[in-house]
Amino acid sequence: MKKNDNIKINKEDFEFVQNDKKLYDQKFETKRIGYFADAMQRFSQNKGSIVAGVILLIMIMFSVIAPFVSGYEAQTRDDFYTYCLPKVQLFEGTGFWDGTKTEVTNEKFFAYYESYGAVRSYTVGEDEFGEKQYTIVRDTYIAGCVYKTFSAKDFVAMDEYDKSIENLEDKIFQPLIDTSWIDTSTNNGMVLENLYKQNANYSYKLTMKMAPIFVTDDDGNQVLDYCYLKDDAGNYVYSKQDGNTYSTRLNYDNYYKYLHNGNSPYFTLGSDQYGRDIMTRLAIGGRLSLTLGFTVSLVNIILGVVYGAIEGYYGGATDIVMERISEILSEVPFMIVVTLFSLYLADVVNPVISLFLAFVVTGWIGTAATTRMQFYRYKGQEYVLAARTLGARDSRLIFKHILPNAVGPIITSSVLMIPSVIFSESSLSYLKIIDFSTGNITSIGTMLSEGQATFMTYPNLILWPAIFISLLMICFNIFGNGLRDAFNPQLRGAE
Amino acid sequence: MDMFKYILKRIGLMLLTFFIIMTMCFVLVKLLPDPVTCQPGTDSCDAELVWREALGYNKPIMVQYWIFLVNVFTKFDWGVGFKMYWLKSVTSIMFQKLPPTMYVNFFAVILSVPIGLIFGTFAALKKNKWEDQVISVGVMLIISIPSYVYCFILQYILCYKLGWFPLIVSSSTNYFTWEVFRTYMPAILCLSLGTIAGLTRYTRAELTEVLTSDFMLLARAKGLTRGQATVRHAFRNAMVPIFPMIIGEFIGILGGSLIVENFFAIPGVGKMYLQSINVRDYNFFMFLSMFYVVIGLVANLLVDLSYGFVDPRIRIGAKR
Repeated sequence: MKKNDNIKINKEDFEFVQNDKKLYDQKFETKRIGYFADAMQRFSQNKGSIVAGVILLIMIMFSVIAPFVSGYEAQTRDDFYTYCLPKVQLFEGTGFWDGTKTEVTNEKFFAYYESYGAVRSYTVGEDEFGEKQYTIVRDTYIAGCVYKTFSAKDFVAMDEYDKSIENLEDKIFQPLIDTSWIDTSTNNGMVLENLYKQNANYSYKLTMKMAPIFVTDDDGNQVLDYCYLKDDAGNYVYSKQDGNTYSTRLNYDNYYKYLHNGNSPYFTLGSDQYGRDIMTRLAIGGRLSLTLGFTVSLVNIILGVVYGAIEGYYGGATDIVMERISEILSEVPFMIVVTLFSLYLADVVNPVISLFLAFVVTGWIGTAATTRMQFYRYKGQEYVLAARTLGARDSRLIFKHILPNAVGPIITSSVLMIPSVIFSESSLSYLKIIDFSTGNITSIGTMLSEGQATFMTYPNLILWPAIFISLLMICFNIFGNGLRDAFNPQLRGAE
Repeated sequence: MDMFKYILKRIGLMLLTFFIIMTMCFVLVKLLPDPVTCQPGTDSCDAELVWREALGYNKPIMVQYWIFLVNVFTKFDWGVGFKMYWLKSVTSIMFQKLPPTMYVNFFAVILSVPIGLIFGTFAALKKNKWEDQVISVGVMLIISIPSYVYCFILQYILCYKLGWFPLIVSSSTNYFTWEVFRTYMPAILCLSLGTIAGLTRYTRAELTEVLTSDFMLLARAKGLTRGQATVRHAFRNAMVPIFPMIIGEFIGILGGSLIVENFFAIPGVGKMYLQSINVRDYNFFMFLSMFYVVIGLVANLLVDLSYGFVDPRIRIGAKR
């Protein structure tokens, strides 16, 4: 072997070609993008879905947090703070969001509201018939006076509290009303006396035709104390003792403060016909909807995937039998399932559980059908055969080899399950097929159906639940559509 | 012949499904307690007890089911109401309640099908322009917002603020007078909104797919105008999946909507179904449930069959 010693290679003879230029035939330097990464990337470009997702997150947080902040419970009732308008401490006295209402009334109602201090300000005008017409700004949070009977112990405690207070308006107990001037021999008189007995707010005199009689002092302000019951010494009478109980006329606003450590009620979104806080109920109803939506979807997807996987993988007789079962189940109207479950379980166990089971009985069929289709598509492919030849068991083939390929269409077909469950739940509770009006729970649909009777006069009662459920549905649909598009590989690059 | 066999097979399966659901329903309903609520000893209560005895209420469930089946298949007698429409035949009450439901739904479908088709076609032709986007947003809103919410909105605006329509429907049965029709208008509007939205979305999706296919290019290339190509080629092809949907809507006329009937107090089938659930009248519940099952089954069958009638390329029941 001869060496090529005579070849001389000088370093200077060589120069770098294209050293500074870009090389075009190399491998891609970018990382491989997986299916999920790609889906997430495309999802994040969909601005509408992102906005919907953020709103959803806010609504979920509202549902979780609001009941803790408000200090009320879903069924905390109060017979006197009913139909209160939204009020926030921050806006007190501004005329906006402070629980006041501007309304036009006649003299009779004006006198009534004025007598217990519910009128913040007013202007007088005349209507088309020349009658006096009052435009008043009324505070819906002033409940006025009520008749209430107490045991001696409670009465004495409150009486002690009253003694520390100067002004009569701030005291709990108000003087009783003198009704001895009413002529009860006539029918009208008896009606009038009844009115005074039932409504403690009448602290002024009425004519026999229920028109108010204004008694004014020298400055023109209305005086009320001429109507109060006085004893022989001329002092006001605050209570009537009957054995061990005291019947009193109390100022409910001050009584509420006394019971709640000096706090007055605040209903951020107002209160309903039973004096329950709408915001708390909204959040509790939202919790119910969201919890049901998420758990039902999760359970249905798991059930559907397992059922569809078994159907699709084994095929043959197994498939035919299971297909018939799911076919028959899918033909049963959902209303029948819900009704039967609620008839059987709602009273015995819990309406939430019965509703959950009703959703689960037929909800998985769609997911099962999609999974089955995907299994039929993939199970004949070569890579599955290869894995089987290598000795993979059935369960490994199903869950490790075939199912991951079917994930996309399964997600695509099941993301919209959550809003549809929420929609069904609220419709069913709206139709009162499922009863959420008792127990420490409520539902948006229940709130809507309870507010329906009075929604012309008190639109507040259904405005908030309607906005809440609509926003929830819209956001879930936009979010779900975005997710569906992102997970649909056919749309890749088409947007 | 293939088709005939297929239809027979489908009808057989349908009957089997119906029978299984009816049996399950019957057994589950009869396992629930259904006590006598009236005072025994009075004449009216004795009449109820006689009925209960005749329907076999004191016998085992399977015997009851046999009596029930014999009554249904020989006399079409589904029992009588015990909690509502006391001792009145379930079927006779049902036929009284059917007209208002069909009335409202018929007009709703008549109104919504052309509007939905027009909007969908318009949106597809103007794809991705502002017209399309406005229609898409509207459709998305109507589909997302629950129907009772826009019932509230429509009733508040049309009936209360504007005062165009009365708040509740007329109880008169002279359906074909303007006065009665006017009272039903808000309900018809509410019912049709959902259908319009669904049909618009479906039509738009189908038509955009057809409009981008190759044969449309050919149609334009051979000299058809855009309008001609759209009407003769695109629209006819897009109708293949849309037409069965419309047929489904027409069968749905019988079923009605529980929410809208409940909201507008329409004395129809849906409202009666709700009432039967609330007062737990099991005979009414059973009959109406089966009524809805039949509607669902028949609608499914007809929708599947209509594919074959609409599109000659689809041969139903043929094995390739």
